[in-house]
Amino acid sequence: MKLKIFTTLLVAAALALPLAASAGAYELNVPSLTYRTGPYAPNGIPFANGYADYWNLLNERDGGIEGIKINLFECETAYNTQQGVECYENTKGQNGGSLIYQPLSTGITYQLIPKVTEDNIPLFSMGYGRTSAANGKVFPWIFNFPATYWDGATAIMQYVADREGGMDKLKGKKVALVYHNSAYGKEPIRTLEVMAAKYGFELQLLPVDHPGQEQKATWLQVRKDRPDWVLLWGWGVMNQVAIKEAASVRYPMDHFVGIWWSASENDVLPAGDEANGYLAATVHAAGAGFPLHQDIFKFLYDKGKGAGERERVGEVLYNRGVLAAMWTAEAMRNAMKIHKTKEITPAMLRDGFETLKVDEKRLAELGLKGFTYGIEITCANHSGPGKAAIQQWDAKAKQWNIISKFYDRMDEITGPLIEEDSAGFAKESNITPRSCG
Amino acid sequence: MLYREAGQFKTSYEADQAVFPIRQDRWVIAVVLIVALAAVPLVIEDYWTNAVMLPFLVYALAALGLNILVGYCGQISLGTGGFMAVGAFAAFKLTTMFPGMNLIAVLLLSGLVTAGVGVVFGLPSLRIKGFYLAVATLAAQFFLVWLFNKVEWFYNYNATGQITMPPREIFGFLVTGPAAKPAVKYLFALSFVIVFAVVAKNLVRGRIGRMWMSIRDMDIAAELIGVRPLHSKLSAFAVSSFYIGVAGGLLFTVWLGAAEVTEAFGIDKSFLVLFMVIIGGLGSVLGSFLGAGFLVLMPILLKNFMVGGLGISPVVAKHVEITTMGVLIILFLIVEPHGLARLWQITKEKLRLWPFPY
Repeated sequence: MKLKIFTTLLVAAALALPLAASAGAYELNVPSLTYRTGPYAPNGIPFANGYADYWNLLNERDGGIEGIKINLFECETAYNTQQGVECYENTKGQNGGSLIYQPLSTGITYQLIPKVTEDNIPLFSMGYGRTSAANGKVFPWIFNFPATYWDGATAIMQYVADREGGMDKLKGKKVALVYHNSAYGKEPIRTLEVMAAKYGFELQLLPVDHPGQEQKATWLQVRKDRPDWVLLWGWGVMNQVAIKEAASVRYPMDHFVGIWWSASENDVLPAGDEANGYLAATVHAAGAGFPLHQDIFKFLYDKGKGAGERERVGEVLYNRGVLAAMWTAEAMRNAMKIHKTKEITPAMLRDGFETLKVDEKRLAELGLKGFTYGIEITCANHSGPGKAAIQQWDAKAKQWNIISKFYDRMDEITGPLIEEDSAGFAKESNITPRSCG
Repeated sequence: MLYREAGQFKTSYEADQAVFPIRQDRWVIAVVLIVALAAVPLVIEDYWTNAVMLPFLVYALAALGLNILVGYCGQISLGTGGFMAVGAFAAFKLTTMFPGMNLIAVLLLSGLVTAGVGVVFGLPSLRIKGFYLAVATLAAQFFLVWLFNKVEWFYNYNATGQITMPPREIFGFLVTGPAAKPAVKYLFALSFVIVFAVVAKNLVRGRIGRMWMSIRDMDIAAELIGVRPLHSKLSAFAVSSFYIGVAGGLLFTVWLGAAEVTEAFGIDKSFLVLFMVIIGGLGSVLGSFLGAGFLVLMPILLKNFMVGGLGISPVVAKHVEITTMGVLIILFLIVEPHGLARLWQITKEKLRLWPFPY
């Protein structure tokens, strides 16, 4: 028991140190929940680097947002929900309060949704997390634009239909979904089931357990049944294994479509040339050819201040980190404008998100012309326009090329599902949906 | 000197058979309890509750349960994660089916459900021993996690398989959900742990505990003197699973509030709790607490010290933390293979003579 007291005292001493150090001018506190360790680190690292680089660029080039410096601090979660909760509780009050959380993990997002709602801190789960959080009436503090998993599922199926020659041609086709057997991987199932019933295609579900290194049985099933299309909802090491296994059963890569989290260089490079032609959904372009990236090179990497390696700037997940930071920064700017103060609180930032509008013109000003599409968030719709395009991997040139238009989501399918799921959550947690006038 | 028992005469059978026969022990326990019950709730806030105290209490309870099985009855189990999942899902089903049911009743019933499941998976222990039993319980781990992921009824048919705890009150205080006060959550979990620890302490020194220990030390000899192996092994499985089930229920209801079976109750949980028991001390109630404290609090302590105190980047700190934990575990096991509890016992004996060597 004495040892316990001793340990407790040591913990207290260790905790008291960071608290004593906080003081000084107002800064925009941005915690970054990263996972640079653990089984999902290959995906966590580029995202965290892109996220960090954008904030650092704002500090280096513009002196922050409207003159207010950004204070970015990382906390390592290792993609583990318990450590994610520890990070959240540890950082939420740090330096006078964190403004925004972006855990890049569906599991941690589910864990944090009730907590941030209670603590009144906005949570921006960009293209992941709980899909029905798109309903801003039930989830006022959660934002998941520009598109949800369900939007992604409808976009992919529209692309499939285009390739097959129309929605009516889907009838009788066989579509297999290879998914991470977790909350994340299960997200698209209901949407796909509804679509399967409506358009008459057959849906085959092939779960893969965490962390997804063992997929032999799954792909034997694919080889046996020869589905016309295979969709992939994977993350981390699971993606590269899936693509390698698909190649080994000679499944045609141009009939193999991943969600935007199964769409990075890390996933296709290990399979080498065999990954050529692999398809994946995306909400933004890849590559470092945008004016913003030139600024990142000039202000950060040329001065040795970059978060990662120079060669990896412009990778898909790096760019996604940039995108997440960019929209958040724009929301901060918006919050400063509508509340006419530069010292914004998390509640003001929430208002900034809820009236956020980043159109093509603004993107061009930011040096990201053609990088993604314009978005507009409203009180009721927290998921934005929900558009997604399909990109294809070119193994020779080692780059992703967008090969389709940006598909709109199919509201007639996702709308009722979001309504139903969020109503269920509201009932479970005794929430009265607010009205959006 | 500090732990000298000279002059502490026992004049009745009760005094002789007390849980803590030495006066100094009673004082330490009393001080710890007063601090834990009266002082800590006054100062505790969100971080201390959710990141430090609740994990410690939940894992201490789970380690206590596993210690009954492994430390006292000598049956190795790798199914702890699965049994915690049973507790969590039973609590979820009960509280969503009967929203009016008292949370204490919900948790105790989930414990009972887990005890039943534990007995079923304990049946092979009558035939197989040692490593082979470990493999059989490993099967329980994988089967249970698969079951809760596969059968939609267990998570009320929601789209993702994630279970979420609705807000529940006890005596007018909100205990679960994000709006619950940190002190209330802490006290709720603490009272469970205190009651269960007292029960365990008494169980293991009574008839049942001696039965378990005789089976652990030599099952054939135990059988010859009239200990029924079926009865004692299955009762150990039942009691152990009951504790672990309640720990799983607390983990889900009070601590995390949401859980996903593959992530929250995976095989790593089974190993974590087993390590707590081994490092804390097999066959020791105190050891369960020390082991849980070591494996839960040490990483957080190291992290806060390195990131907050020394300003090391979180990633480097994480790597250092993983290495340091490994080194510390090996170090402790070399210094004292019987665990932290034995280390404390040796310290106590030293303190009895201190400051004189003889």
